[in-house]
Amino acid sequence: MAGHSNFETNNPLIKWVETRLPIFGLMQSQAMDFPTPKNLNYWWTFGGILTFCLAVQIVVGIVLAMHYTPHVDMAFGSVEHIMRNVNYGWMLRYIHATGGSMFFIAVYIHMFRGMYYGSYKEPRELLWILGVVILLVMMATAFLGYVLPWGQMSFWGAKVITSLFSAVPLVGEDLVVWLWGGFSVDNPTLNRFYSLHYLLPFVLVGVVFLHIWALHVTGNNNPTGISVKSEQDTISFHPYYTMKDAFAMALFVLVFAFFVFYKPNYLGHPINYQEADPLVTPEHIVPEWYFLPFYAILRSIPHKLLGVIAMFASIFVLVILPWLDTSRVRSARYRPIFKQFFWLLVIDCVILGFVGANPPEGTWLLVGQIGTAYYFLHFLVIIPLLGLIETPKPRPTSISQAVLDANKGKGGGADAVPSAQAAE
Amino acid sequence: MTAASEGRKFTMTTLKQLTAAAGFVLAALCISPVLAAGDTHEAKDVDFSFEGPFGNFDRGELQRGFQVFIEVCGQCHSMNYLNYRNLAEEGGPEFPEDQVKAIAAEFMVMDGPDAEGEMFERPAKPSDFFVAPFPNVEAARASNGGAYPPDLSLLAKARAGYHGTWNQFINGAGGAEFIYSVLTGYEEEAPDDGEDHGALAYNPYFPGSWIAMPQPLFEDMVEYADGTTASVEQMSRDVSAFLMWAAEPKLEARKRIGFQVIIYLIVLSGLLYFVKRKIWANVDH
Ligand code: HEC
Ligand code: HEM
Repeated sequence: MAGHSNFETNNPLIKWVETRLPIFGLMQSQAMDFPTPKNLNYWWTFGGILTFCLAVQIVVGIVLAMHYTPHVDMAFGSVEHIMRNVNYGWMLRYIHATGGSMFFIAVYIHMFRGMYYGSYKEPRELLWILGVVILLVMMATAFLGYVLPWGQMSFWGAKVITSLFSAVPLVGEDLVVWLWGGFSVDNPTLNRFYSLHYLLPFVLVGVVFLHIWALHVTGNNNPTGISVKSEQDTISFHPYYTMKDAFAMALFVLVFAFFVFYKPNYLGHPINYQEADPLVTPEHIVPEWYFLPFYAILRSIPHKLLGVIAMFASIFVLVILPWLDTSRVRSARYRPIFKQFFWLLVIDCVILGFVGANPPEGTWLLVGQIGTAYYFLHFLVIIPLLGLIETPKPRPTSISQAVLDANKGKGGGADAVPSAQAAE
Repeated sequence: MTAASEGRKFTMTTLKQLTAAAGFVLAALCISPVLAAGDTHEAKDVDFSFEGPFGNFDRGELQRGFQVFIEVCGQCHSMNYLNYRNLAEEGGPEFPEDQVKAIAAEFMVMDGPDAEGEMFERPAKPSDFFVAPFPNVEAARASNGGAYPPDLSLLAKARAGYHGTWNQFINGAGGAEFIYSVLTGYEEEAPDDGEDHGALAYNPYFPGSWIAMPQPLFEDMVEYADGTTASVEQMSRDVSAFLMWAAEPKLEARKRIGFQVIIYLIVLSGLLYFVKRKIWANVDH
């Protein structure tokens, strides 16, 4: 790991521990002194925010689990019991339900940040891939959690999504029965979903640990995308970034609190306040908002198996993104054409989100198909080609240089610097 | 060089236009309803006291609403998640304790087994759940021409009267408005669609427009204890508010605590901002 420990203490007990398990030194070098580029902007605060989200979900989830009953006849009632009779139970449940959404808002911002500034490129490929793994585990966790309150959308969402596995050739039908633990979504399904919903967040903790470990080997990327060249480019993590992160986190919690206390059900579906009924299919079955773009990709392809493949491919393509991108320049700041395509991708994902909320017919289907095609076009064609045809803007020689230029007059900036093609 | 930069200029203007077009589509999507509401009417707009960040329930309205529920709706609909004691709790209708005891005592519940192993009936206590009008779903259906009168404890949260991502953000999902609109939305003159709807009543505020619930409220059906005139609109409004409370009994506490939390967080954010600025003041960044 980067940064060596210069931890010192006179406390004999701490010394005793430190010689046997150098945990204080580790904390000092990795959480306090850790050299961090001095030009990180607020988009870099979402890593800390995500760790916070995970901690909140786990702590609140454990308390909810003390009052929740995973049984098809009692699950819905036990959630209402939490809402009505458990002290501050309504607050805990609204925090947990809203927390899932806030978690995804943060993770999507975090990922788009990575794409914009080229944080997935050499040497951070593995760090990026671990991030994609985190996204997948989060998605699984949230999907399983949404089934637990056993409302109409819980049940029918679970049914639709698990049924997708029947598209697997040969073993599909058996696979679905195996997943369900029976011939329909029923009590065994709810029980195993609960068990896994409890387990996966802790798996997430493990993967997050690896993610941060990998980060501390390569160090942070930064808005210029230019590698750290000297000590002048960095400052210690504490107190500079601890305080910047704390401020950003307070703002994030402010938005979080707004939803918890004033719009607690806005991000969910009303119909999930009606208990699951296997005999009554809701008019529209839609997943939570954070799955909508993927759901749109799934449904824009009229063939079940191909739809499922496209949906998984839309995430897998992120795994190979570091090798699809042929540009040597990391940051979109110095890539004028890439920058515009980046924003087109963001818009495409938002449009896909709206498509996912609507039935796949008529115009919606068409828009969904164009959106899906464009999504893959972006990663598989545009990104590889851009690196070959785009002429990047001149880049500053170092982070310190970029900071100086930026402060010298907002007009000049990096563009004014003679074409010093710094090796990144 | 010229050809390349020409080409680039071309790509960039095209891109800008594309971006603008995409933005336009996006804006259009935002205002279009997310779920097509079919031929069902959007709910009527009702000004409820519990709307907005500081809105609370109106005790008188909740008490009148309870009266409508118990005298009319409760003949067919259950209210499974409420206990009688909830009627006395803070943030609800806040009936006095002894009145709640008297209300509960009008219903009989099955209890037991007693020392002899026999089940017995006794008057309900405040700690009991609301007694349902029918022993089971089948009995409820049998008495209602095959249609099941849904449990009303959560209906105000389980239905949306308003649709559209933006509309719901501003106006809420409109569950109480949906109930109000159904109750006041019966129309004598049904459009002739050439189909036989049997005993169903025409109500364009109910999904599908044909409802198995006969119009439940008529003028002066209840005699309000506080002397309020019992028009259909008044009763509908009162019972809709009552059902909102039944679905979200902690609404007042939620908004009160929320306000404190928001103020606290604004102050905290402000302080953190100045701390951050002070710490960074001597760093070029
Ligand atoms: C005579 C029995 C009866 C009475 C009295 C009655 N209802 Fe109903 N109600 C029903 C039935 C049956 C349905 C189911 C209608 C359907 O599915 O078509 C229903 C449906 C409803 C619905 C629509 C539910 C949905 O699924 O969206 C609402 C709202 C409602 N009732 C509210 C009330 C209120 C409030 C009262 C008291 C003022 C009341 N009802 C009185 C029998 C009754
Ligand atoms: C990655 C972290 C987590 C995410 C994203 C997540 C997400 C969710 C979601 C979306 C729901 C449905 C909320 C609703 O609509 O009611 C839910 C419910 C639930 N979760 Fe989690 N959760 C996480 C961690 C945990 C943990 C660690 C536990 C327990 C140890 C837990 C216990 C529960 C319980 C008991 C419920 C059912 C109660 C309810 O529906 O409110 N969760 N979770």
